[in-house]
Amino acid sequence: MACPATGQATRPVAVLTYIIRRVVGAFAMLIVISMVTFGIFFVVPQWAGATPEAMAARYVGRAATPETVHLVAERLGFNDPVVVQYGRFVKGLFAGAQYDYGAGVEQCPAPCFGYSFISGQPVWPDLVDRMPVTFSLAIGAAVIWVLAGVSVGVISALRRGSFFDRLSMGTALAGVSLPIFFTGMISLVVFSYGLGWTPPGGAWTDLAVNPLQWAYNLLLPWITLAFLFAAGYARLTRAGMLETMGEDYIRTARAKGLRERQVVVKHGLRAALTPILTLFGIDFGLLVGGAVLTETTYTLPGLGQFAILAIRNQDLPQVMGVVLIAAGFVVVASLIVDLLYAVVDPRVRLS
Amino acid sequence: MRRKTALAGAATAALALVLSACGGGGGSTQQPAQSASGDGAQPAFNAALTQVFNPSTKKGGTLKAANYSDWDSLDPGDTYYGYSFNFGRFYWRTLTTYKPGPGPDGNTVVPDLAEALGEASDGGKTWTYKLKSGLKFEDGTPITAKDVAYAVARSFDKETFPHGPSYLNELLDWPKDFKGVYKTPDVDYKSAVEATDDTTVVFHLKKPFASMDYVVQMPMSAPVPKDKDTGAKYKEHVISSGPYKFEKNEIGKGFTLVRNDQWDASTDPLRPALPDRIEVQVNVNADDLDNQIIAGDLHLDIQGTGLQPAALGKVLPDPALKARADNPTIPRLWYASVIPYNKPLDNINCRKAVMWAADRVANQTAFGGPVAGGDLATNVLPPPIVGQEKFDLYATPESKGDVNKAKEALTACGQPNGFETTMTYRSDRPREKALAEAMQQALSKAGIKLTLKGFPSSSYFSDYAGNVDYVKSHNIGLAAHGWGSDWPDGYGFLQAIVDSRTIRPAGNYNLSVKNDEVDKLIDQASAELDATARAKLWVEVDKKVMEDASILPVVWAKSLLLRGKGLTNIAYNEGQSMYDYILLGVE
Repeated sequence: MACPATGQATRPVAVLTYIIRRVVGAFAMLIVISMVTFGIFFVVPQWAGATPEAMAARYVGRAATPETVHLVAERLGFNDPVVVQYGRFVKGLFAGAQYDYGAGVEQCPAPCFGYSFISGQPVWPDLVDRMPVTFSLAIGAAVIWVLAGVSVGVISALRRGSFFDRLSMGTALAGVSLPIFFTGMISLVVFSYGLGWTPPGGAWTDLAVNPLQWAYNLLLPWITLAFLFAAGYARLTRAGMLETMGEDYIRTARAKGLRERQVVVKHGLRAALTPILTLFGIDFGLLVGGAVLTETTYTLPGLGQFAILAIRNQDLPQVMGVVLIAAGFVVVASLIVDLLYAVVDPRVRLS
Repeated sequence: MRRKTALAGAATAALALVLSACGGGGGSTQQPAQSASGDGAQPAFNAALTQVFNPSTKKGGTLKAANYSDWDSLDPGDTYYGYSFNFGRFYWRTLTTYKPGPGPDGNTVVPDLAEALGEASDGGKTWTYKLKSGLKFEDGTPITAKDVAYAVARSFDKETFPHGPSYLNELLDWPKDFKGVYKTPDVDYKSAVEATDDTTVVFHLKKPFASMDYVVQMPMSAPVPKDKDTGAKYKEHVISSGPYKFEKNEIGKGFTLVRNDQWDASTDPLRPALPDRIEVQVNVNADDLDNQIIAGDLHLDIQGTGLQPAALGKVLPDPALKARADNPTIPRLWYASVIPYNKPLDNINCRKAVMWAADRVANQTAFGGPVAGGDLATNVLPPPIVGQEKFDLYATPESKGDVNKAKEALTACGQPNGFETTMTYRSDRPREKALAEAMQQALSKAGIKLTLKGFPSSSYFSDYAGNVDYVKSHNIGLAAHGWGSDWPDGYGFLQAIVDSRTIRPAGNYNLSVKNDEVDKLIDQASAELDATARAKLWVEVDKKVMEDASILPVVWAKSLLLRGKGLTNIAYNEGQSMYDYILLGVE
């Protein structure tokens, strides 16, 4: 940021230190997040008077005997101080851990997010396994919502007050207001169970297996999710465009005799795009960390569904894993956005 | 004694028809009168309760099933969900199982791996089971008594298998130094369970126990080959002893079962094994799951607990959909525990005041009414339990409560102006919240003031209503509660919720019944080998608990199940309290 205006040669160095600083900051952020999550999970119940046994009682079958509960508390390490438990978690991340499955011992290589308290499955492979689903959902939806949202926003701004403007802004208002578990269920009922155009909930095919089926299965979730986001982007683009199109330099550009298309795209839209890029970075980062509602509504086995299940089951290792992954994505996405600013907006480059 | 006895004849006839047609294992020439493919059955409300709906012997096709949640474990030694016991019989066989099919005798057990039901000796302290011959695992190795004994012994290790029932841990005479087959592999466990030869399994109990045939229908008795046992990882690939085996298993997402070619139909008259494949999805959005069943994209909701509220609103008013539904009474009681730990509810008359003041109709309405909720319950044991009797010690006009009698009881208790106490409920269960509100309203008429407190389900028993210290220190007097039986006899339903010796500091399911006479009767009933006398004793336990006024029954639950489109051979089974999964086929 503190970039000498004339120092072209020093700029890469400055950018590098900037990136390093951001990465270190991101790490610190992840550590804080992991501590807070751990704290919420262990310290808060302790304040409420929960004993290790009371906590272990969540992970046993119904009518378990006190001995069973005691054994499980011991196995999950609940009898150790919270600091020790946290230390064990961090150690697992960097050095791996061992898991005793009764008939033998399994090595859990780093990064070991531990084993589910409920299913006993290692968390990391589950996370990796679910990432493609969430990525597929997020990328497809993002393409649709950016294209649709921005173009609708631009057209609305250029034809301000027209029928198109009113209709699209009305639809956009509906889009931001309607929750996805509502639009999702309705669209499933209409398009899948009623008309039979789209597959039922729970349909998922890997891209590598069958790209066409992959897209067909995801079409409805993409559109539903994009509808929610596109609405916001359309409104934001429209507002941004209205503001920029009134600027002096637009008048100048027109006075120079540039074609209208150039004026709109190169001068107008480019300036209006900056806030959208910020928003997009955060939205996209959040989404790849798990599109919780969409995945739950459509039963897509992604990170969002995983997060909900983990929280519902109070499965700490899974919660920690998904929280850290999601936080990591947000941090990375906002870093990329910051770097992209320089591309989109020359003022950032020069300041 | 039992309701529905009149239907028994018809039901048994229908069942016999299906079973005889299914027993031949494919090449049978015996055909039922109905079309083999099951086409053309006329749907009607409750059509699968007393007879097999859409009967069929047609093999082939894919059964598509889904679960809105996930299994605790697919390992027979580590699972405790009713649907898991029911569904698991596709890939495991146990010593006994519920008599398949509809009708009132579905809650009795019949031999499965065993040739006959258990033979009790030593006054009920020793139980012997003889295995059939020709039994094989999916890899072709023979199933021997040793595999059954090993399976029972491995399920003892609750650190590795914390989810499964602990009945056998408590009933059998385990050696003192036995910590499980993994931690103490050299300790001989034959004092608890042993294979005296290749086909004989013998259980040795600490004290006489009559319901053993019910206990061994649970999957702890499903054989596990020792050399294939991988402890907590065994659930990733269970070695099948039933008609299907795992083709693919992705824990947390779903699995696929395909035919097990080593399963011999001639050893197994109970399972028609109709579909070629069974595909299961887990963690499916619950409302979407119902929609998919309605639309025909899915055949079966594995949980078998009934439709979600959203779908209920769609199915009940629509005659075509309602005709696809069944509305059985299940062995589950919703109730309020009246807890005697704090003053003045330690006095029986104050507890009786609660019984008299409660508006039972309002309570039933809170629980969803007569169709979606259940029948108005007057005592503890639900109707599907073997030998159940209905009686009412606190009958009031139109079951709406009697303020005068409540006030009399309050006076006898020394609290003529009423008292204050707290009622807990699970905040994520709207029906329990509605029950608490109905109780608050009804009890206030007698001067009993209730403060309502909701807690999350996941920690309700460990931290709140089932935590003795919490109950004592927060003046908890009532708690919304529900209980379903592990098996449909008195022991299976009552032991966990009325035996005071099960009460411990936290994680209790018996929240309120502390009565020596009840405990004594439980011991007497569980040792009684004569089935009729035993059933009578359990009714006595029920009466004693009602006299103690520590349980206020609300409803004997009913579920509303929807038959999937294209599903054949559907029958509600009383023992499973859901459709009998092993009978199912697809068109």
